[in-house]
Amino acid sequence: MRVWKFGDNINTDLITPGRYNITIDEKRLGQIAFIEFRPEFSLNIEKGDIIVAGKNFGCGSSREHAPISLKAAGVQAVFAESFARIFYRNCINIGLHVFICNNTHKVDDGDKIQVDLINGIILDETKNIEIQGDPLPTFIQKIVSSGGLIDFLRGDGYV
Amino acid sequence: MNQNITEKILAYASHNKEVHPGDYIIADVDWVMFHDSTGPLVIKGFESIGKKIFNKNKLVTFFDHFYPAPNIDAAKLHKISRDFIQREEIIHHHTDGVCHQILAEKYVSPGDIVVGADSHTCTQGALGAFTTGLGSTDIAGILATGKCWFKVPNTIKINVLGETKKGVFAKDVILKIASKIGSEGADYSSIEFVGEYIKNATVSDRLTLCNMAVEMGAKNGIIEPDEKTLKFTGREGKIFKSDQNASYEKNIELEVSELSPQISCPHSVDNVKTIEEVEGIPINQAFIGTCTNGRLTDLEITAKILKGKKVNKNVRLIVIPASITVYLEAFNQGILQTILSAGGIVSYPSCGPCIGRHNGVLDEGEVCLSTQNRNFAGRMGSPKSEIYLGSPASVAAASIVGKITDPRKFI
Ligand code: SF4
Repeated sequence: MRVWKFGDNINTDLITPGRYNITIDEKRLGQIAFIEFRPEFSLNIEKGDIIVAGKNFGCGSSREHAPISLKAAGVQAVFAESFARIFYRNCINIGLHVFICNNTHKVDDGDKIQVDLINGIILDETKNIEIQGDPLPTFIQKIVSSGGLIDFLRGDGYV
Repeated sequence: MNQNITEKILAYASHNKEVHPGDYIIADVDWVMFHDSTGPLVIKGFESIGKKIFNKNKLVTFFDHFYPAPNIDAAKLHKISRDFIQREEIIHHHTDGVCHQILAEKYVSPGDIVVGADSHTCTQGALGAFTTGLGSTDIAGILATGKCWFKVPNTIKINVLGETKKGVFAKDVILKIASKIGSEGADYSSIEFVGEYIKNATVSDRLTLCNMAVEMGAKNGIIEPDEKTLKFTGREGKIFKSDQNASYEKNIELEVSELSPQISCPHSVDNVKTIEEVEGIPINQAFIGTCTNGRLTDLEITAKILKGKKVNKNVRLIVIPASITVYLEAFNQGILQTILSAGGIVSYPSCGPCIGRHNGVLDEGEVCLSTQNRNFAGRMGSPKSEIYLGSPASVAAASIVGKITDPRKFI
C-alpha cells in the first residue's frame, strides 16, 4: 500500500471532471478518478492505497461522484490538512475514511504505508515514522461505525 | 440573548432555545431539493434505506443540469429520476430553469431550512433562510427522515459599506470579497452579509452574493430579511434577525465606493484582478446566465450594452435566462430581441455550459468570460481551456470587443 500525494485545493472537478459524471456506476466512476489531472492514478492505484493532501481537499461541487470514484478506485482513506465541508460529509456518509491531519508534509508520494483506520494513524514504512490524524467527533463516529449514513438510518438513526 | 440569524434559525428548527458554534444538532428541514445530476444517487441511497418519503410536498426536483438530454447517458439519468418522480407522485418537479433560481422564486421563505443536493443551495440565504448544499447520501437520509444533522457554524460577518459606482455590480463586490477571504477562508463557517450596501441591494443582487458563499467554503450565506425580501417572496415565513450583541468569529469590512469591475482569473475564484489589469485578453466565448447572474436585471444590463451593437465575429455570446419567468419577462420587454439582433445566442433556461455538458463546451486553448461562479480548470470543457469570471456588464462588453474590456466604456 502506498501514498498518493496531492497539494492544496484539490477540487471535485479535478477528481471527477463534471463531464464524466454522467453515470452512477461505481466501477465506471472508479476508472475516472483524476482521469485528466493525474491519469496514471486510476491505472496504477491498488486497493488500500491512501491519499495524502494539503488544504481544502474536495472543494467545489457537492457531487458525490468524486468521493465515490476514490472509494471505488480502491482508496482506503484520505488524510488532508483540511477538507471542504460538503466533501468531508459525503465521505463520512459513504463510508470513506477521512482524517484531518497537520503533518501531511512529512509523507511523500509513493511512500509505503500501513494505516490504522480506527485511530487515524499512518505508519510510514519508507520513512519509519508515524503520523497521527485528528480523531472524529463522537457524533460522526457513530455514523462511520454504522458503515455510513444509510446503514446508520437503517438502524436507530435519528430516533 | 446574543444569537445571530443563522444560530436562531438552527435553534428554532432543532427545538433548542439557543445553539452555539460547534454544537451538533438535528434540525427539521422545510425544503429538500435534488436535480438531474445528483438525483439518481439520491434515489439509489433513498431506496436502499427502505423507508417512505417523510413528506412528498417538501421535495422539489429539477431537470436543469443537462436538460433536454444532450446524449444517451444523460437521457438514462433522466429516466431514473423521471421513473422515481412518477412512481412517488412528486408534485414539485421543474424543467423550467435552474434549481436555485426557482427555489428562490417559488418556494423558500425567510426562516426556512433548505437542503439541496447541489453546492450552490446557499443561494437562497439571500431571503433570510438557512440554506445549504449537501451530497446525495445526505439528501437520501433527509428524504427518509425529514431531518438533518448539522454542526452549528461559526459566523463571519461581512460589513459592506458605501455604494458602487456606475458599471460596478454585486458580482464585482462578491469577487472582491472572495479575493479577500480566499477560496477556503470561510470553510465550515456561515457568512452573514450586513451594511449599507446590502440594505440598498436588490433581492437579485443579494442572491448573487449568497450564491458565491460556497466559493469561499462557507456552509451558508445569509442576509436578514426586510420588506424587499417579503415583497419578492410574497411568503411571510419566520423572521429572524441577529441580536445587536451577537458574537462573530470574524468581522470583515469592505468599502465599495471606489471598487472597479473585478475579474476572477483561471483557475481559482480567488485569483481576482481589477479590470484594468486584465483588459485586452482575447476571448472566444462569452456566457451570461446561471444561478449567479441569469436574472432579469442581468439581462437588462446585457441588452443595454448590446443595443445597436454587434457581437464580435470571433466570439460566441451565449445568454441563458435562469428561469422561464425571467425568460418571458425578458421576452416581453424586448431584451431577448436586442440580444438576438446583436448576434447573441439565447438558450432555454438551464445551467447551460456552466459545467461543460452542453450548449457551449470549450475546446483546448479556448477562453471564456462567464458570469458563473466557478472557474476550475476543465469545468466548461477541455482541461486546457480557461474561464474568467465577471459581471454581466463585463461579459457583454467583452463580447462586443472580443477582448476583456472595461464595461464602464459602454454604460
Ligand atoms: S448554473 Fe452552474 S453553478 Fe448554478 S446550479 Fe447550474 S451548474 Fe451549478
